[in-house]
Formats: sequence, C-alpha cells, structure tokens
Amino acid sequence: MNPPIHRNPITAVESPAVGVTIDGLTKNFGPFQALKNVSFAVEPGEIFVLMGPSGSGKSVLLKHIVGLEAATAGRVLINDQDAAAAHTLERIRIALVFQAGALFNSLSVYDNLALYPREHRFGDEATIRDKVMRALQILSLENSAQKFPSELSGGMRKRVAIARALVMEPQLMLYDEPTSELDPVMSATISEIIATLKDEYHVTTIVVSHDRELALGIADRVGILMGGELVFLGPPASLRQPADPRIADFFHPRIDLKNPRFKNLET
Amino acid sequence: MKQLTHFLQGFGSAVQLLLQSARFIGTLPRQRARFIDQCYLIGYTTLPIVAILCFFMGSVLALQSGYSMENFGAKQFIGSLVGLSFARELGPVIVAILVAGRVGSAITAELASMKVYQEVDALVTMNIPPARILVLPRLAAVLVMMPVLAIIGNLIGWFGGAVVCKYVESIAIEPEAYFSALRRYMKFQDVGTGLIKAEIFGFVVVLICCSIGLNTRGGPREIGASVTKAVVVSLISILVLDYFVTKALM
Repeated sequence: MNPPIHRNPITAVESPAVGVTIDGLTKNFGPFQALKNVSFAVEPGEIFVLMGPSGSGKSVLLKHIVGLEAATAGRVLINDQDAAAAHTLERIRIALVFQAGALFNSLSVYDNLALYPREHRFGDEATIRDKVMRALQILSLENSAQKFPSELSGGMRKRVAIARALVMEPQLMLYDEPTSELDPVMSATISEIIATLKDEYHVTTIVVSHDRELALGIADRVGILMGGELVFLGPPASLRQPADPRIADFFHPRIDLKNPRFKNLET
Repeated sequence: MKQLTHFLQGFGSAVQLLLQSARFIGTLPRQRARFIDQCYLIGYTTLPIVAILCFFMGSVLALQSGYSMENFGAKQFIGSLVGLSFARELGPVIVAILVAGRVGSAITAELASMKVYQEVDALVTMNIPPARILVLPRLAAVLVMMPVLAIIGNLIGWFGGAVVCKYVESIAIEPEAYFSALRRYMKFQDVGTGLIKAEIFGFVVVLICCSIGLNTRGGPREIGASVTKAVVVSLISILVLDYFVTKALM
C-alpha cells in the first residue's frame, strides 16, 4: 500500500508522509536506565500518542527521534534513515514543539517564525512573510505577530510554537506535552489543532502526553512507557478497559484517602 | 584528577566550538545585523567603563611613578613610563578584564539561559547550528572591537597621566614635556604588541564564555554558576596568556 500523501500546510506541495521506526532503543544516564530496548513503528500519516507516568522516558525517546540525544544501544530510523546522522535533518524536515514552547525570547512572534526560512534562505522576504502570515493565520495568531513571547499566555505560546513548527513545512511533527499547564478549553483547542493538521495535511505526528482525553480523542495508536519499557501498543479503544493492571492503574488511578500517604489531605 | 578531567573537557569543547564556528565564516556577510548588534554590545556599551577605568589607572600610574621617580630625579620620564606601560601591558589587560566582566558574563548568561530553556535545542531541531548564529558573530565582533577599545583605552590612560602630571604640585610636568617623553621612548611596535594581546585576550574570553554558556545543564541556578565560572576562567586565562603572549612577542 502506498503511504499517505503529506500536503504541506504552508505551500500545499505534496510529498509522501514519513514513517518512524524505533528499533531496540536503550538509553542509560550513568547507572539509570531511561529506555530499555524499546521497539515500535509509527506509520506514515498517523497520530501516535506516547503516554506514561513522569520519568518513564517519553521525552527522552522524543529527543532521540530528533537527534538531541544519542542512543546507548539501538537506533531510530526515519524513512529508513538513521535519525542520529547529521544529514537526516537536512533531508527530512522534523519539527519538535517543546513542552514550554522554547520560543526565542529576544525575538518577536513574527521573527520567531521567520527565523527558519530566513536561515535556510527559503525565498525573499516577501515569500517568507507570506509563509509566516499563513502559519499565524492557521493558528489564529495574526494579531500577535509583533508581540514578544513574554507578552503571551501559556496557550498562545504553545500555539506560536506550533505555528513556528508549521513554517518549517515539516513531514514529521513531534509534540512534547502539548496540553500541559493549559486549562481544559485550551487543551481541547490544541488537541483539535493537532487532529486538524493530521486530517488535512497528513503530517506524521508523535505526541508525548499525560493527557488521557487527548490520547483517547485524537490518537490512531497509543504506546505506553513505564520505567523505560513499552508495556502497551495498540488502538486507543483498547485502553478504555485495559487488561494489564499497571495500565488500568495509570488510566483509572484509585486513590485511597485512608492510606497513610494521604493523611495530610484528610486534615 | 576530576579537576583535570573537567579542565580538559572544557578546553576540548571550546576548541570544538571554535572549529564549528570557523566552518561558517562564509555566512558572516549574511549575518551583518547580528554582527553589528554584537559590535554595539561589545564596543559601544563597554566604552564608558573602559574610559573611566583607564583614565584613573593612567592617573594613579603617573602619581605613583612621580612619587618614586622624584627620588632619582627622573620625573621627566613619567610620560614614557605611563605610555609604555599602557600600550604594552595595562591597556590590553584592563580592556580584556572589563570585557570579561561586562560582556563575557552577559554572553554566558544569555547563552546559558537559552540552553536551559531549550532555545538552543530548538535551533538544533531547526537545523540551524548554534555555532553559526550565536557564536560566530560574537567572535567576529570581538576581533573588530578589541583593538578599538584598546586604542581608546591607551589614549585615555595617557591623557589621565598627563592631567595628574600637570595638576599635582609634587610632579608639575607640562603636557608638552610629558607627551614628548612618551613619543621619544615609544615605538609603533609597542602599540602593535598591545593590540595583538588585546585581540588574543578578547577572542579567548568570548570563546570561553560562549562555550561555558552553551554547555550549561540544569536549571536557573546553573545559569548563575556558569556566569561565575565563565568570569573566573576568563580572568585566569587572561593573566596566564598574558605571560606567554608577552614572552612570545618580545
């Protein structure tokens, strides 16, 4: 079967969507093993949500995909090219939306978005302006172009980060906790944006999140990491009544207020 | 042993950063705006402190040498002493120390905060090498601005000495006599030696500060620790290099 066609949200140019293969990935930080022989594949054009408790290795895995961390063992392949190789970022456009946005504080929203096309010389200033304004428009940020990141709310910062990623015309979008620290309305908005980008443009998407609603709402498939191991891989529907007690505890935590751990809550 | 490992790691990453930056020299004309920004920060904003410090260093040098040289009846040589001391040693060292304290600390704080708040990681994922846009314009700017600061520092230091010589009664040397002595015993080579030293010190300071900033890991507390480390390492490097460069240029 042919891979779905990725349509660029900014230029509308079409190209095959990319797939990602994680093959026996292991990462040690000193004696601590953050990832233990993790293997799975993300199909071209799908939304894959990677979940797990804090410290389970989700963000570390994401950093391996974009080449920010080097694996202790195993490898990450993007369209059969090693993600750790320097040329991969030159051949495949990968955008990572960081948890806190990682916007450049000294640049305005417009310049944050324009940095990538300017540095890679994607046309003259007028072309770049069109691209940037189109991305701002998709995220309903046209009126914030001249603002600085310090003047934006948490939700707007996330949207600017997504807009900056869109300007890169990515074939692979990675989101690190896109709905953390946001109110429910803004979380739903961000989830909708992620789903819309996938539905309309077939951008292969990997989302790292704690957010159950987001996973069940937008994911094509879900992976769950616990203690650096992949303990679940499958469609989100099978998470509604999980058989594995560890996953059931993660999705439907039972908090016993009589437990001595919570004695301070009772008083 | 641990200290030695840290030193070698720091030295290695500074050299690596220098080599990475050198690969992008061809992009400098496209980075004109960043280069000019850095020239402004390194040169223009440091100038007032350089002026004040060099004026008073020149004054104190003239005052102290006037006091001691009077015993030998050699007051007329104060001009050459202040001139040579400033051109060959004090000018470049003072300017480098000020650049380390004022500019170097600011560079480390900015880059360390960019690193801690993942702005540097964002650049890497955008396939924009940090060495190209964060380091190269700063290194180029310091190479241009250090000789300018050192020349201005020298002139103001010499002027400070002349003011003291004229207005302090125990010295009482006219500016004409002071500058005549300064000219008579100084060669262009002395000023040139000082400018080479200033270039080397400034370049090393900015490289160290960039390297320490970009290697910061952790949170906001580590930003402060990196700034302190960058200033201390820069000051030690200036003084250690001063000996070896002076020896090499003699």
